[in-house]
Amino acid sequence: MIQAASPPRAIPDRLQSRATRALRSWETILLVVAIAVFTVNSFASPYFLNAWNLSDATFNFTEKAMIAFAMAMLIIAGEIDLSVASIIALTSTAMGLAMQAGAGVPVLVLVGLVTGLVCGAFNGFLVAGMGLPSIVVTIGTLSLFRGLSYIVLGDKAFTKYPPGFDFFGQGYVWWVFSFELALFAAAALAFFVLLHRTNFGRAVYAIGNNPTAAQFSGIRVARVRFILFVLTGLMSGIAAICLTSRLGSTRPSIATGFELEVITMVVLGGVSILGGSGSIAGVVLAALIMGMVTFGFGLLNVPGIVMSIFLGLLLIVVIAVPRLLRGK
Amino acid sequence: MTLLKNREAVLAFAILLLVALVATRFPAFVRPANLVNVFNDTSPLILLAIGQMIVILTKCIDLSVAANLALCGMIAALMNGAGVPLPLILALAITLGAALGAINGLLVWKLGIPSIVVTLGTMTIFRGTIFLLTNGAWVNSHQMTDGFKALPRAVFAGLPVMSWVALAAIALFTVLLTRTPLGRSFYAVGGNPHAAVYTGINVGRTQCTAFIISGALAGLTGYLWVARYAVAYVDIADGFELSVVAACVIGGVAIAGGAGSVAGAVLGALFLGVINNALPVVGISPFWQMAISGSAIVLAVAFNAAQNRQPGRIILKSVEAR
Repeated sequence: MIQAASPPRAIPDRLQSRATRALRSWETILLVVAIAVFTVNSFASPYFLNAWNLSDATFNFTEKAMIAFAMAMLIIAGEIDLSVASIIALTSTAMGLAMQAGAGVPVLVLVGLVTGLVCGAFNGFLVAGMGLPSIVVTIGTLSLFRGLSYIVLGDKAFTKYPPGFDFFGQGYVWWVFSFELALFAAAALAFFVLLHRTNFGRAVYAIGNNPTAAQFSGIRVARVRFILFVLTGLMSGIAAICLTSRLGSTRPSIATGFELEVITMVVLGGVSILGGSGSIAGVVLAALIMGMVTFGFGLLNVPGIVMSIFLGLLLIVVIAVPRLLRGK
Repeated sequence: MTLLKNREAVLAFAILLLVALVATRFPAFVRPANLVNVFNDTSPLILLAIGQMIVILTKCIDLSVAANLALCGMIAALMNGAGVPLPLILALAITLGAALGAINGLLVWKLGIPSIVVTLGTMTIFRGTIFLLTNGAWVNSHQMTDGFKALPRAVFAGLPVMSWVALAAIALFTVLLTRTPLGRSFYAVGGNPHAAVYTGINVGRTQCTAFIISGALAGLTGYLWVARYAVAYVDIADGFELSVVAACVIGGVAIAGGAGSVAGAVLGALFLGVINNALPVVGISPFWQMAISGSAIVLAVAFNAAQNRQPGRIILKSVEAR
């Protein structure tokens, strides 16, 4: 990242007990906020407490949250990927081209996954392989990936996706539980295990805290970074499949501004933007909160751009408040 | 050999080559009148790139410049509709831009929030504010007074006023960066923040000053943009911050701070300006612009890294490479 090194940390005389730590943790605050938002929403609109409405509301965050899990790991490792929304655009365009060539549903999904993977690998190669700063690289690929999509589509759009493709974005697994929601839950579980229960996850934290020390302790820093970018690309590809299926069309402007919402979600979830700390549980809670707030605003007829002001404020306030409380 | 290592010289050569290449097929492209046009078209990019360069020098980044430009431009147009005299509009646009920049700067300085997070947030807030002000309505040409629209286009000694503003900014900031203590402190803060503190430089305040400069330039450009294109709406200059960062990276401004020059940023902007103006001439769809500037950023940053890699004893290769 491009920030100056943080001052040395003071080590307290006595460590807090496990219970105190859990109570004071960011995740607990998020849980309280989530319950508060849920309660306020139930009173603000009579249409909020309805299983089908709530199910619809989950579409507000499932696609973004899937990317947010991978982004959280990337940010914990001290990198960032601003190109995720553009990967969605390029992936969706690639699927559109495959569809025009007469591809069936399995091939479309395969094309989507591979395109996401390749885009992620490209970012990963530039950052981990060539040692370039991730923020500039991904600002460049943000422009490049969506630019390719504009070259292919211009002011046109791909529509007429084959029947059966709509399942990924519009299908339901059981009762009100959509396929996307199931995928979100599966991704949350997978990333929880990967980050909190494997050596790879520990390596991610180590790199975020001190890449040089990580290197000296035998972690293959460049390889971990590369894998993280590939993972983020893959999750963007999966999100692109869901989004394209849900919208039923591809325009080059698809998913514009998603990167901001994904990063807001990650930061709101308690992941330090400077790297080194954060958890998947926090990101899940942040996704739920953002989804419910967006849905609540929607029920109250608040226009989308006003919601984006709210998101921008949220992003800054969430980081500013703890710093103000700590007296910086 | 030193000329080859000089970043600005290489870039200037690349631009000349590009212009010559286009001229072989379309000689009209190098007519002085057209070159003046290209420079004039690129002036907003030059102005913002200079501001952005100063921010990047101090290890920060300002992604909110385009939104700042759009907000100040819209407010200038609204003030014009309310009958505010032009000199006052200009002064207020610059002041407002500087104030918006100060918001970014203070959040970075006083709260120590990383600049990328701050400006990603203020980017949407500024643009959203335009919507709140206007409810999404446009301010069109017929709603602006003639004097308001005429200023950036007025020709003065062969060049439009907009180009003169860009030239003045180039001169002013070259002097500021190379001949004043403030200018040197931008480099010191980016080069080594800890050393800067020990030499008595307030790192946070210097970063805040950089944001104010970037904001003021965005405010000024906001008026010029709206007056020149004679329209103001929520989405003007949407995504322009990427071109601005691209111009800096192409111009050899190190994203890690501490290295860069006004000449580099200006040449980087001109490089993109020439490409954007040449595309329609050689018959390539403008839809290619985005991908081309994206590739230019990636190539430029790779080139920068290759050039800055210092020869020396490498103890642990993969760490040193970063």
